[in-house]
Amino acid sequence: MAYLTQDVISLDALVAQVTHAEVGGIATFLGVVRDHHEGRSVRRLEYSAYPAMAEAECGRLVNEAESRWPCRVALAHRVGPLEIGDTAVAIAVGSAHRAEAFEACRWIIEELKHRVPIWKRERYVDGTEAWVDPTAPPGIQAALGAPQ
Amino acid sequence: MRDTPAMTTSNRPPATRLHIPVLLFARYAELLGTPRLELELPIGCTVGAALAVLREQAGAEALPAQLLVARNLERVGLEARLALGDELAILPPMAGG
Repeated sequence: MAYLTQDVISLDALVAQVTHAEVGGIATFLGVVRDHHEGRSVRRLEYSAYPAMAEAECGRLVNEAESRWPCRVALAHRVGPLEIGDTAVAIAVGSAHRAEAFEACRWIIEELKHRVPIWKRERYVDGTEAWVDPTAPPGIQAALGAPQ
Repeated sequence: MRDTPAMTTSNRPPATRLHIPVLLFARYAELLGTPRLELELPIGCTVGAALAVLREQAGAEALPAQLLVARNLERVGLEARLALGDELAILPPMAGG
């Protein structure tokens, strides 16, 4: 199973993967490229990854979610250049009942952000670029983004 | 009974040094000017000792004090030991999702 893709993510395809006669609720999450970050206007961005580990870690996330909750999980993360409004990550979780589907979906996106080795380089409207560091205190991010 | 690797190689001098590939990504690859380098390390060396050698490389002085490290695609701590065939990756703060 490949979780990383250079192509446009189809939520319909992910939903189809978790659709089953025993599934009564499907929760989905889309992470979408937005046009601002810490007050700066973003023109576009690029995701890069450590592909082998990102695939392995996504597989571990799916297995852990499916063992913690009675559910089926489908997951895709985009890599490469993305424009504002593009879907960067999509998750579909099918379960017999909605509570498990919502819980597992929330858990997966939070874990993914901390565990899957993917990095984001933003290009700003003012011509500068920066690697996004979610662990940096507010304000430091701008200092990391000195003009190239 | 099949020979064990140790028996088949017993007449060779034992290797005493490891050549560990180290993968660098995103900002760290930019700082060190390469996505991949190789460190020569003593057998049984810890990840922490490997990082100390990495920090001697040009550009590494700008690396943060605490680094996330993966060995063979899994996160490990500084105390983990390295063996023949291991691959290290130094991971900048993750920003997926």
